[in-house]
Amino acid sequence: MSASPNTLHDPQQVANRRATVPHTSMFVRMLLRAAVLRRGRAASALLAMVVAAAVATAMMNLYVDVQAKLRTEFRSYGANVVVVAKDGQPMPADAMGRIQSALGPKTLAVPFSYAVARTKEGQSIVVVGADFARTRQLDHWWKVTHWPAAQREALVGMRAASVVTPDRRPFDLTFHDRALKLAPAGLLQTGAAEDSRIYVDQAEFQNWTGVAPTTIEIAVNGSTVEIEQAIAQLTQILPTADVRPVRQILEGEANVLNKTRATLYAASALIVLTAALCVLATLIGWVFDRRRDFAIMKALGASERLVNGFFAAEAAALGAIGALLGFAIGVGVAAWIGRVNFHAPVVPRFGVFPYVLAGSILVALFSAVLPIGLLRRVQPALILRGE
Amino acid sequence: MFPRLVYESFRRQTRRKLLAGVAITLGVAVATAMIAVATDIGDKINRELRTYGANLLVTPQEDTLDVEIGGVNLKPPSDGAFLSEGDLPKIRGTFWHHNIVGFSPMLPVTVKVGEGTSAKVVTLLGTYFNKSLTFGKDEFTTGVRITHPWWKVQGTCGDRRIGDERTACGWPDDNSMNLLVGERLAAKVNARPGDRLEVNNRQLTISGILSTGAAEDDEIVAPLAVAQEILGKPGAVRRLYVSAMTKPEDALAVRDPKTMTPEMYDRWYCSPYVQSIAYQLQEAIPHSHAEQIRQVAQNEGTVLARIKGLMLLVTLAALFASALAVSAAMATAIYERRQEVGLMKALGAGSIAVAALFFAEALLLALIGGIVGFAAGSLLAHQIGQSIFNSQISIEPVLFPIILAIAVFVTFAGSAAAIRRAVKFDPVFALRGEA
Repeated sequence: MSASPNTLHDPQQVANRRATVPHTSMFVRMLLRAAVLRRGRAASALLAMVVAAAVATAMMNLYVDVQAKLRTEFRSYGANVVVVAKDGQPMPADAMGRIQSALGPKTLAVPFSYAVARTKEGQSIVVVGADFARTRQLDHWWKVTHWPAAQREALVGMRAASVVTPDRRPFDLTFHDRALKLAPAGLLQTGAAEDSRIYVDQAEFQNWTGVAPTTIEIAVNGSTVEIEQAIAQLTQILPTADVRPVRQILEGEANVLNKTRATLYAASALIVLTAALCVLATLIGWVFDRRRDFAIMKALGASERLVNGFFAAEAAALGAIGALLGFAIGVGVAAWIGRVNFHAPVVPRFGVFPYVLAGSILVALFSAVLPIGLLRRVQPALILRGE
Repeated sequence: MFPRLVYESFRRQTRRKLLAGVAITLGVAVATAMIAVATDIGDKINRELRTYGANLLVTPQEDTLDVEIGGVNLKPPSDGAFLSEGDLPKIRGTFWHHNIVGFSPMLPVTVKVGEGTSAKVVTLLGTYFNKSLTFGKDEFTTGVRITHPWWKVQGTCGDRRIGDERTACGWPDDNSMNLLVGERLAAKVNARPGDRLEVNNRQLTISGILSTGAAEDDEIVAPLAVAQEILGKPGAVRRLYVSAMTKPEDALAVRDPKTMTPEMYDRWYCSPYVQSIAYQLQEAIPHSHAEQIRQVAQNEGTVLARIKGLMLLVTLAALFASALAVSAAMATAIYERRQEVGLMKALGAGSIAVAALFFAEALLLALIGGIVGFAAGSLLAHQIGQSIFNSQISIEPVLFPIILAIAVFVTFAGSAAAIRRAVKFDPVFALRGEA
């Protein structure tokens, strides 16, 4: 239709034109105007939506990530897998290299070698060759006054010290007639077998005794299944060694982790439920509040479908915008909780977003449909009269 | 007139009041449950951390050096000093005996298994499995089944060979002469549950195969009395493992009790630090030295702190969400009643009278919702405790007034903005429905 002034303002032409044009522009306009004109109410509904989505996002992010975070904490309990050379068979020389390449260079593996030496008085004592730098990372709970740094320095267990060097002076040890003079660098206290031993540097130990590492303690990071896989892998690449899970550590961890996860799950469910309730209460109020709009639309001849569609579209838009904003805030909250409690931020899980989006829209639709169902039975005239 | 207004408002607008009431009730229930769980979680996780095993080791004071590699003792075990088995029940008499979950004495002896040329020298470990003891009138059971929960036994139950870890199946009786054989040793000597094993020329019955993932897999584990008889030292105990619930270490915990002032000493003594429990064990058992097993004791504190911190933050999130839900419901409920406000004001009511009416209604709703919500929340906490931790979550009675006060506060805070706006409406517009 050409736009000459005559045809443009002719009422008949306008009516014809409007009848053939699709109603989308009007529909969008109604949605936008409703949001703009009732800013306060729309904002409060959106706020409820955003907060609910944020809380839900934060809880879901936490729930997924906290398990990994707690597992890292549990690694402070030390090794959960021990590789021991089988009776009479030496550990392959490249065992450490094989382990590191199989489990990744980040996995902490610490070799130990053992020998029984004699003191000057003829007392037997266990001497351990250790990699001090790695041992220090693996065994956080060791109480050490001073780690050995120089040559010929040893870390002496609390109880061993009272036998070999009560006055903290250098002492002699013999192993198969080969003597070694050691200076006690520091004292070691663990409350377990380590207290009766003397730790010296691995290279020095091998020089002195000729004994190679027989035990490798490994801290495998991951879930129970991942640790089982690691054990199977290690058994395969080290056929001459025994690969043993440290059941005390594994089961303790699994137990505590399961209980924590279950508690967190219950808490998350409760919180998400409360958040959904908050949205429900706000949106029901919002829709009820607009029963006059509803009545006017019906009185002007809008079909049931159009009115329902209008309110549903409004709710869905609200849900979607709320979910988007809430997701961003929730990721921030989760990161903050991670930083405060675990000193490492919780990594955002974008896989959670579809669930948050779907959940938000569903709750919003539900809260819109519920009051509309109630209003449908009421005559528009009654609502418009303010009853 | 005022009570009547409130009463009629509740009677005539049941639906609206119900919506707000349900929101308050649910909010309070969630808050109560989360607070109860968060305050109790430390204790619960502490108990769960006991699955890591004993955190205290008691040895004789003049103990000699252990010469052991990978759990294999290379020193004749008859050497050295012993603790006396008769002193063990005294642990029940210490100040913190409620925190002591269990204890297990250990007595390793070297024995010869089998006969003739196929004989093997192995370690036999005497211990309590689930021993009944009495201290005064107090009866209790203790042993490795409590302190070493990761020990698994596969045994025979009647004719069926099953290895159910939850039942007592396979575990020897503490007063019997039956024993457990470690799984690696069992594979070497081809021993099965129900077989007889010759130990130092005694024929003993194997009641089960033990799997621990540690040195015991190469050993024999027997009731303490069997080990004492083989060693020829009745009542002897080499080591004692004690599993106790402790408070994480702080600055006071690591102080030397000898340098403390009397008040400080009392505070230290009456706190369940691992150090003070060790001190009390030394007092209870003569000629003993108690030491924390740092691998277990030191790490508990960090794990506990992390989990407690996490639950605290989650509880805050729950409180925030429920406060918001309550406020949203209240705001909605009040906003819907603009016309009523208009009518009251048109009839000459002042802003204060209108606000007072709304606040009175909010107070009533908060009290009812608070009471019902507290009851529901207690039930919820109870359910969580039962299903997750298999134990009661205790709800402090002092929580009730606090929760009620929070409920009233949140309801008021949530209503305040809506009430202010409702009061400010021009009655004319409100009555014409143009607000």
